[in-house]
Amino acid sequence: MDKLRLKFSKTGRAVYISHLDLMRTMQRVFSRAGVPLKYSEGFNPHAKISIILPLTVGTASLCEYMDFALAEDRDLAALPETLNAYMPEGIRALEAYEAPGKGAELRWLRLEGVLKGGRDGAFYTDFFAQSSILVEHRAKRGLRTDDIAPSVKLAKFTDTPDGVAAELVLHAQEPTVSPELMMAVLGDDGPTYYKFTRLEAFKEDMTPFR
Amino acid sequence: MNEKIDALLRQVQRPARYVGGEYNQIVKDKDQVDVRVAFCFPDTYEIGMSNLGLKILYGIMNDMPGVWCERVFAPWGDMADKLRQEHIPLWALESGDPLGDFDVIAVSIGYEMAYTTVLDMLDLGGVPLRAADRPGLKHLVMAGGGCMCNIEPMADFFDLCFLGEGEDVDREVLELYRTAKMEGWDKPRFLRSASSIEGVYVPSLYDVAYNADGTVASVAAKDGAPEKVRKRIVEDFDGCYYPTAPVVPSTEIVHDRVSLEVFRGCIRGCRFCQAGHTNRPVRSRSAETLLRLGKETLENTGYQELNLSSLSTSDYRELGELCDGLLDYCRPRGVSLSLPSLRADNFSMDIMQRVQQVRKSGLTFAPEAGTQRLRDVINKNVTEEDLLNSCRIAFEGGWNNVKLYFMLGLPTETDEDVLGIAELAKKVFWTWKQHAANKSRGVRITVSTSEFIPKPHTPFQWEEQVSREEYLRRVGLLTDALSKAKSITYNWHDAEMSLVEAALARGDRRMGAVIETVWRNGGRLESWSEYFDLDRWLEAFPACGLDIDFYATRERPIGELLPWEHMDCAVSRRHLERERRRAYEGVLTPDCRAGCSGCGAASLLKEGVCRG
Repeated sequence: MDKLRLKFSKTGRAVYISHLDLMRTMQRVFSRAGVPLKYSEGFNPHAKISIILPLTVGTASLCEYMDFALAEDRDLAALPETLNAYMPEGIRALEAYEAPGKGAELRWLRLEGVLKGGRDGAFYTDFFAQSSILVEHRAKRGLRTDDIAPSVKLAKFTDTPDGVAAELVLHAQEPTVSPELMMAVLGDDGPTYYKFTRLEAFKEDMTPFR
Repeated sequence: MNEKIDALLRQVQRPARYVGGEYNQIVKDKDQVDVRVAFCFPDTYEIGMSNLGLKILYGIMNDMPGVWCERVFAPWGDMADKLRQEHIPLWALESGDPLGDFDVIAVSIGYEMAYTTVLDMLDLGGVPLRAADRPGLKHLVMAGGGCMCNIEPMADFFDLCFLGEGEDVDREVLELYRTAKMEGWDKPRFLRSASSIEGVYVPSLYDVAYNADGTVASVAAKDGAPEKVRKRIVEDFDGCYYPTAPVVPSTEIVHDRVSLEVFRGCIRGCRFCQAGHTNRPVRSRSAETLLRLGKETLENTGYQELNLSSLSTSDYRELGELCDGLLDYCRPRGVSLSLPSLRADNFSMDIMQRVQQVRKSGLTFAPEAGTQRLRDVINKNVTEEDLLNSCRIAFEGGWNNVKLYFMLGLPTETDEDVLGIAELAKKVFWTWKQHAANKSRGVRITVSTSEFIPKPHTPFQWEEQVSREEYLRRVGLLTDALSKAKSITYNWHDAEMSLVEAALARGDRRMGAVIETVWRNGGRLESWSEYFDLDRWLEAFPACGLDIDFYATRERPIGELLPWEHMDCAVSRRHLERERRRAYEGVLTPDCRAGCSGCGAASLLKEGVCRG
């Protein structure tokens, strides 16, 4: 079975598992569950899996997507439950299905977060409401300046007793704006602590990504 | 994870190693547990999680109702600094509770260079370093592992040590601890009682006196402790516990695979080898048992690689059958089989070819010495013919990468022996030229040398270690001799660490002060070259009134009472002395199967007969 997609969550202690380690971990989960992944041919066969949009270490997610292929037919509806019996703490398979399109169709992410030890909510909201937010970054040919404002569809920050609560909708691929980048842009006005969770993924036209 | 720790984890390298939560970890209800054990491994997660001993004892202790054993590893430097800055105590991975909360802290030590790390972990966990500063039963510090055959340098820090294999004795001591805790015994009573369990060494129950020249005058047992502590073994190794559902790390570790222990002990009597002498007698698992355990572990872990481990896997009697059986299972599932440390003989090469049909990784041989004369002195029963023949088979079979390991500074070594290493490496190269299946790919021959370190409980325990200067001179000789050989790479390990390792290996109790001083001056994770600093040791020895050369380089007279003679590893002093004489005569001692040399280890078995 080719072109399959697994939606999963990665929270709790699992947020510290890096992308490469997650790939290895997922292969072992399939292997323990007795669900054979399809392998590539050649001298160094590797499992055909790819994670659509790797997470930054420390950020949680309720909407991760992994594309994979199986060496034999399986009931996809029952697959999440089968896999979950073999997952490490913090990773849960939510849904398995035939991928309706390419991973590149994932364009927007909705996130929530909490910020502590910096400015108040109004400051952040105003900052990201600017019509242009220029960011310098190292590209292949020297420094490049990008405007991230068009990639920030929503950036709402509210003061709460537990710090500043953030609601974000960000462009996730081509170009990519991550919450970590937004925090970096704030410089000295940024919080001393922050934590974000991906909630939902969308296509370019803001219809749900699957 | 609370915010403080979460914030900290984002600032360090590879945070996944500090959080636990891996598949197969054991979590118990604290209210249902009466003995909590923190299994401390004095090295990084990546090294510690690769250790089979940890997996075995973690499984055994957690199989005991009412006992919960958790894992603790040494944090890398960035993390250790942050823990100290933020005053966060080192925690156990499963519960996240600080080390100081535990009833028992069990330390596993297989390498002398880990000693300072043990102190660092106790300190990071908020546990007093010295046994004398821990008056109660709470956080009792016990130690086990290969270093226990001379743990005198750490005697002041440990309440109790295990000599030999831990499978049975760990359980017995934990049961006793539970009783002591329930009935409110004081620590001296518990320790006295524990010292009567075979294999248990309570350092505080031994008084050591010294002669004016610094040598040990006497070791006196008190309060009913045995004069000699006899090591424990698992007699029925085939039926012995094996962890078929070990914790599967979520981050990459050094040996990220199933490690199947085929046998314990070694039939070879290489005279420099401590493990070969302290792990006797040989006890094996049947191929049938190993196949079952291997399949079960692969299924439970999802690992894609299985390794056969032992001190000398070529000597496993059923190796052919075992490999065939495992390959039948592994091949269709894409699981690879790896065989370490094979001997240079035809049988091993045949197995190697069967196992590695697809990928041709490098082949490693350890002739240890460059001439037949010196190989006979150390009782390494490998001839040049064996080695070259194995290389020929390898080159014909398509391998083009051979590593050769040697020691420099072995007893009786001359410059001729040193140059013999270069000669041997060149002969390996000529063998490739004559027999390579495909010369266009070139060949890589790597020669590595390390300095010989005399170790307790070996026939060479009395030997001197050559000075660093002399080692470096011999390295220079070899470098020159190999300088024109383009296909041969020469790597040598620096002798700085070997000097400290030699001193610690044959040290006595007074060295505890040196270890503590080095730790106070920043020594930790010293088996890592990033963190090792010879000067710290060279300063600490005189500061504690001791001389490093007295321990490292001095040859001991046969009549001297050695600091570790109250540790009985079952191989007799008589045997070691005889082996030393034979070494100087250049006489080989046959392996255990070819003829029993009466080393004494068979006395550990009920019937008194060793089956090799």
